[in-house]
Amino acid sequence: MALTTEQIAKKTEELKAFIEEHKNMPGPLMPIMQYAQESFGYLSLETQLIISDMLGIPVTEVYGVATFYAQFSLQPKGDNIISVCQGTACYVKGGAAVLAEVEKELGITSNQTTQDGKFTIQDTRCLGCCGLAPVMTINEDVYGKLTPSKVKDILAKY
Amino acid sequence: MEKMINLTIDGISVSVPEGFTVLEAARAANINIPTLCYLKDVQQIGACRICLVEIEKARGLSAACVMPVSEGMVVHTNTEKLRKQRRINLELLLASHNRECTSCVRSGNCELQALCREYGVKEYPYDGARKETITDELSPSIVRDNSKCINCRRCVAACYNVQEIGAIGVSKRGFKTQIGPIFGRSLIATSCVNCGQCIIACPVGALHEKENIDDVWAAISDPNKYVVVQPAPAVRASIGEEFGLPMGVAQTGKLAAALRRLGFDKVFDTNFGADLTIMEEGTELVERLKDKNAVLPMITSCSPGWVSYCEKFYPEFIPNLSSCKSPHEMAGAMAKTYYAEKMGIDPKSMVVVSVMPCTAKKYEAKRPELSNNGMQDVDYVITVRELARMIRQAGIDFTRLPNESFDSLMGESAGAADIFGVTGGVMEAALRTVYEIMTGKTLENVNFEDVRGTKGVKEATIDLNGTKINVAVAHGTANAKKVLESVKSGEKTYHFIEVMCCPGGCVTGGGQPIVPSKELQYIDIKKIRAKALYSEDASKTVRKSHENPEIKAIYNEYLGKPGGHKAHELLHTTYSAKEKYFI
Repeated sequence: MALTTEQIAKKTEELKAFIEEHKNMPGPLMPIMQYAQESFGYLSLETQLIISDMLGIPVTEVYGVATFYAQFSLQPKGDNIISVCQGTACYVKGGAAVLAEVEKELGITSNQTTQDGKFTIQDTRCLGCCGLAPVMTINEDVYGKLTPSKVKDILAKY
Repeated sequence: MEKMINLTIDGISVSVPEGFTVLEAARAANINIPTLCYLKDVQQIGACRICLVEIEKARGLSAACVMPVSEGMVVHTNTEKLRKQRRINLELLLASHNRECTSCVRSGNCELQALCREYGVKEYPYDGARKETITDELSPSIVRDNSKCINCRRCVAACYNVQEIGAIGVSKRGFKTQIGPIFGRSLIATSCVNCGQCIIACPVGALHEKENIDDVWAAISDPNKYVVVQPAPAVRASIGEEFGLPMGVAQTGKLAAALRRLGFDKVFDTNFGADLTIMEEGTELVERLKDKNAVLPMITSCSPGWVSYCEKFYPEFIPNLSSCKSPHEMAGAMAKTYYAEKMGIDPKSMVVVSVMPCTAKKYEAKRPELSNNGMQDVDYVITVRELARMIRQAGIDFTRLPNESFDSLMGESAGAADIFGVTGGVMEAALRTVYEIMTGKTLENVNFEDVRGTKGVKEATIDLNGTKINVAVAHGTANAKKVLESVKSGEKTYHFIEVMCCPGGCVTGGGQPIVPSKELQYIDIKKIRAKALYSEDASKTVRKSHENPEIKAIYNEYLGKPGGHKAHELLHTTYSAKEKYFI
């Protein structure tokens, strides 16, 4: 869901208010970045510059944290987040072929977002439901006992 | 009294104050522990694992640079296990290091190379995957080649801990760790001010100046070009080091001789430009002091890194910057007008080369404001290191050169000019002239001790015939920030401030010879190199810029009066606010 200019302006104001409120607490950087990630869906250069300016730290430090932890994203995420499990059980049951099929269908590779902003494929290890292997999730929906041939119909639902 | 801690290092009893690290304790006992990521007063993070030591009863090996001493500690710095482990750690660093030593700018002066030699690295057993690397050559000042980077972070610490700029940082993690600006940007699209402190912090060849040696050789070899060279004050303080001469001794005579032998048509001196700067800047200060509506404090503008910092971080202080061009720009402008006219040389055929202790000067020379009649005042800037390379390429034996002088018309200088290369020097030089203009009296003692030394911020109050002025001197952008903030908050009222971008001033600029971190544990090169310049100053009979006969001549014959119309046109400039990160 690409944000409109108005949404961005509003969220930016909210972020500034949040930073103002939290900047004097010990170790404010992580919670502020988590808030921004949650709110915008990613950490743009603009967002990182606001955080750096208001906290009085170089933007390289914000960027360093943003690229260190997998929870932060530098690009906007798609409307639908796809995780194709590549944990041991899924992998031996053909998870790699399922992932390849998803990538082929969407024309992107893992950790990328489709041009239309609809899908993002996320690197995934074990999802914790090995009995259903190979498994994939799209947002909160779980699809188990997959074969590559089932992928196209599932994606069509979104 | 400090609590003392007793320990044993390699069987030697050592007593050091509490809070010392094992590395510092070893140094106190003259025991050398090898280091790589450690840089005294800049960074100690225990990242590279080269300074490993064995501590009895401790688990594993410890990094000496971050391990505090404790009572009764028994340390071993030289055991079979340590030698082996250090070698393995070096081999691991080499696994993803671009080992093109023979063509590397740091070959012979590389700390990694030196350690590999010391620890007997003979092979590359871990030759595996190489990480993706970038070479950023877009900056006019600094080249970053990550294929040589060993992630020691010394550059990051220089940029952030020392300068408080933070244009480069650490991103990603593990094998993918990258040192550099955000989003893989070039330095030109960041808050970088081109000071080059990252270069002199780098132990390897991952950072170096953007070389202009070939441009200069081409100009010298071109029979249709009239090539003029000028070295900055701080160059004479350090050039000898490149050829094994003692640190802290100025090599002014050999420097002039070397430049002449390289084939330059005229060997002028930026010192002359420094005296000219004092005439203009001193006059500007006097005018500002007399004018009730003038913007004060006036701040010096000789240091291009500082000017960039002001334009990017404190644009509200731009009206405070002196409108004077920096000394080498003034000298360049005079070479292409005054000198060219006098000698009947077409200024278009003239090439002005500056030898600078500075990488920011390379950027400065390209500023469109610093030109006249469509010609840049200065065409090429080379660092002290580049000059040394040229001298070697020319096969000149620097140490055996005779002492020669600079060429006349723009080669003489007062002692005031020499000290331009050290923090407090521009202030002192200006005060010597401003005092005499304001008071009409002769200044008997020309030494302003209060503005000398390596203290971060120095202050003094000077009585100019009843008018008392408050002055401040800051070196390093972190100290500049402190001074500007104190002015902004109203806490301090100054009339005149000197800022030099690099800690210590130009003597430790980003274009200066690189001193190995091992040496820096024992000596303060800021003080030693400064001594060379203060001795130069003291050795001269003419100590005040306005008494330099060539300066008198240029005003009589060409410029008219300081701050006059012609001077304004050729010797003054403008500044503009700049984005740190354009989006």
